[in-house]
Amino acid sequence: MSDVKPGQDGGAQEQARPAPAPPAPSSTDGGSPKISAKERMKIPRQKMPEQDAGERSRNFKEVNLGFTAELARMEALRCIQCPKPLCVAGCPVSVQIRDFIQSVAEGDFAGAARLIKIDNVLPAICGRVCPQESQCEAVCTVGKKNDPVAIGRLERFVADYERDNRLQQVMDLPAPTGKKVGIVGSGPAGLTCAADLIRMGHAVTVFEALHELGGVLVYGIPEFRLPKEIVHAEIDGLRQLGVEFVTNAVIGLTDTVDELLQNGYDAIFIGVGAGLPYFLDIPGENLVGIYSANEFLTRVNLMRAYNPTSDTPVFRVQGKDVAVFGGGNTAMDAVRTSKRLGARRAMILYRRSEAEMPARIEEVHHAKEEGVEFHTLITPLEFVGDESGWLKSVRCLRNELGEPDSSGRRRPVPVKGSEHDIPIEMAVIAVGNGSNPIIRQTTPGLEFTKRGTIVADPETGKTTRPGLFAGGDIVTGGATVILAMGAGRRAAKSIDEYLKSGTW
Amino acid sequence: MFDIVDAQFLAPDVKRFRIRAPKIAARRLPGQFVIVRVHAQGERIPLTIASSDVNEGTVTLVVQGIGRTTKQLNELETGQAVHDVVGPLGRPGEVHKVGTVVVIGGGVGAAIAYPTAVAHHEIGNQVVTILGGRTRDLVILEDEMRAVSDEMIITTDDGSLGRKGLVVDPLKERLESGWRPNLVMAVGPIPMMRAVAEATRPYGIETIASLNPIMVDGTGMCGGCRASVGGKTVFVCVDGPEFDAHQVDFGLLALRNKTYFMQEKESLERFESKIASEPHRCALDKMLEEK
Ligand SMILES: Cc1cc2nc3c(=O)[nH]c(=O)nc-3n(C[C@H](O)[C@H](O)[C@H](O)COP(=O)(O)OP(=O)(O)OC[C@H]3O[C@@H](n4cnc5c(N)ncnc54)[C@H](O)[C@@H]3O)c2cc1C
Ligand code: FES
Repeated sequence: MSDVKPGQDGGAQEQARPAPAPPAPSSTDGGSPKISAKERMKIPRQKMPEQDAGERSRNFKEVNLGFTAELARMEALRCIQCPKPLCVAGCPVSVQIRDFIQSVAEGDFAGAARLIKIDNVLPAICGRVCPQESQCEAVCTVGKKNDPVAIGRLERFVADYERDNRLQQVMDLPAPTGKKVGIVGSGPAGLTCAADLIRMGHAVTVFEALHELGGVLVYGIPEFRLPKEIVHAEIDGLRQLGVEFVTNAVIGLTDTVDELLQNGYDAIFIGVGAGLPYFLDIPGENLVGIYSANEFLTRVNLMRAYNPTSDTPVFRVQGKDVAVFGGGNTAMDAVRTSKRLGARRAMILYRRSEAEMPARIEEVHHAKEEGVEFHTLITPLEFVGDESGWLKSVRCLRNELGEPDSSGRRRPVPVKGSEHDIPIEMAVIAVGNGSNPIIRQTTPGLEFTKRGTIVADPETGKTTRPGLFAGGDIVTGGATVILAMGAGRRAAKSIDEYLKSGTW
Repeated sequence: MFDIVDAQFLAPDVKRFRIRAPKIAARRLPGQFVIVRVHAQGERIPLTIASSDVNEGTVTLVVQGIGRTTKQLNELETGQAVHDVVGPLGRPGEVHKVGTVVVIGGGVGAAIAYPTAVAHHEIGNQVVTILGGRTRDLVILEDEMRAVSDEMIITTDDGSLGRKGLVVDPLKERLESGWRPNLVMAVGPIPMMRAVAEATRPYGIETIASLNPIMVDGTGMCGGCRASVGGKTVFVCVDGPEFDAHQVDFGLLALRNKTYFMQEKESLERFESKIASEPHRCALDKMLEEK
């Protein structure tokens, strides 16, 4: 593997062989194996076992099967234990990556889990969905000459090992402070904030609008990428710590934020996510067969419409052609879901080129293996329906790449006269989300940006109203799980300070 | 779980439930709705809140058994419970003192129109109610409506109660003879709302329709409930459900509501064949088994 170009993602080109024999660690009993830096560098990045592409494109079971203990230890040996670990700086929540990997190499998986959990309360989730290639793994020193250490896969392994072997430590909670915090939204931002606050001795209640907890983790990200069981296990852990959960509570409508404050909550954290999907704003967008990614994924994931006898229906795509518009994780999830539901052609139509796709590289790679077609540099103009109003095709233009735009990416410029029709029976729009208006309409004095996001200090989560904190997608616009968690964590710290000092 | 305090059939296939949900009961305003899930594997369906009793902490829902979920719900009895009730959702309807208000309820639409009629009555508007149904048995809430109406007209398609014809007929006649109410509220099946909108349009009378698209979350997250009003896309669950009827694209609404026509039919058939092939048992047991 020494001829692999630096900085490239491991996903596509790592070795298929699981664990090569040399230079295996000399012993499997605990203790640090003796191995030179040179030998470490010779170990190829370990491939994570996964379901066969043909098989998995017809089921909803998790694609990745996770490292075995042997693979994990082998991969951990690749880490050269930098004195100043760049990976830690590359992690939005500064997980002690180097140290936990050392524990893995030593076979102390439970110890590794404890180390991760100091900084990340949801490692089984982050190990699966974080964009490692643009964070910790992007700056990994090993990655400068070789493929980077598979930090995400190790994190996932450690968290799964801990859960499967029921090694989770029961935390000793400090004496109750007598303060009560309300958390609005049970996505990663809210859950992280809740986890930290309960461990600081505050009483915590999480309010969730839907009937199930977890936010995008349960209604958006599909089972084949993040099994719901894992999210439920994390939430059960919080419940055991004493976090109270109230479902079917749309704050702003069932109770307002101000009523929570009047009813004994000393502070409120708002982590209501993005919501309100954008559409393309082109003619024909309301024809039958056109979904927002949120709706399509909610029907399939949250409401289990992948089961044909589910009470909740979803468009029947068996044998039909599907186009998904967008290039992010949401688009990949939607297109792979439609493939699994039996679509004949499942296509990504993206405005820019593949290099600009914001999706995790692993997802793009997996989608291709599963037979998803990628059509890039395409701008949709209009959806066309049949006589009875069902979608039958989309009219598109081809684009060329022009000058860089404000985001630094080359702007797609439509080619005149390149109109063409692509026959499709279902379309999914995955071009991002605006902000849900309910909190805005019902919380006087809380300031919002023009985009509808809440104005909040990125360091403290403080909003323009004393006692109200916010974080996650409702502040940043659609972002990532780990950024939402980071925001939840920073807000918990400043909520704690606020509750102790009583000053804003 | 949300307890059913009372369940009574008002007409064949139309059942009225009082369900304990004290928070929703205390807050809800006319025009708002809830989303209900009957059992742990059920789908989410929107139902308008017909009325509430703050002291008792209950909301009243009137359910017409059309598809699998509504039929399943209508099998539940007093003392049983539904799994989830969330709300009150949607923007309340605006109620101002305007003069004469015509409230038109077609079929089970009467239940949705009822809280609006009450609100207009209480604020001091002259309320003229037109209730209709296919046949006598399907005209519901007649007494309740009469109590808050200054005038009451009933129509049935077959003439078995009130005058024979559609709810829009008496409205049309009166408009033609020069009557000019200040506001018309139309609640019911899409063709009826569309007919009312067309009847009032030439006279420029403000007309409001309460839209009933397919919904999932009911909180503005999915866009499944989108409709076209005045050429613009709206999310009915957060922007509505009440809109200017003259601006609504009813054709599109009807079309989108047929999206799952086949699946619903099959689901209902599965459900009904199951009932037919089994000796009678408690509906809740059946549902628990289906899990
Ligand atoms: C399909 C999809 C795939 C994704 N894939 C990835 C990925 O691979 N990696 C990654 O890092 N990120 C991914 N993301 C982005 C990531 O999921 C989000 O950035 C993250 O979940 C945001 O967390 P949050 O806590 O801010 O909000 P959310 O997860 O959106 O949670 C907000 C919760 O608040 C609830 N809520 C809303 N309004 C109210 C109210 N008024 N009262 C009570 N509750 C309310 C909502 O129902 C929801 O449950 C993906 C997103 C989607 C949609
Ligand atoms: S029902 Fe999902 S946005 Fe209205």
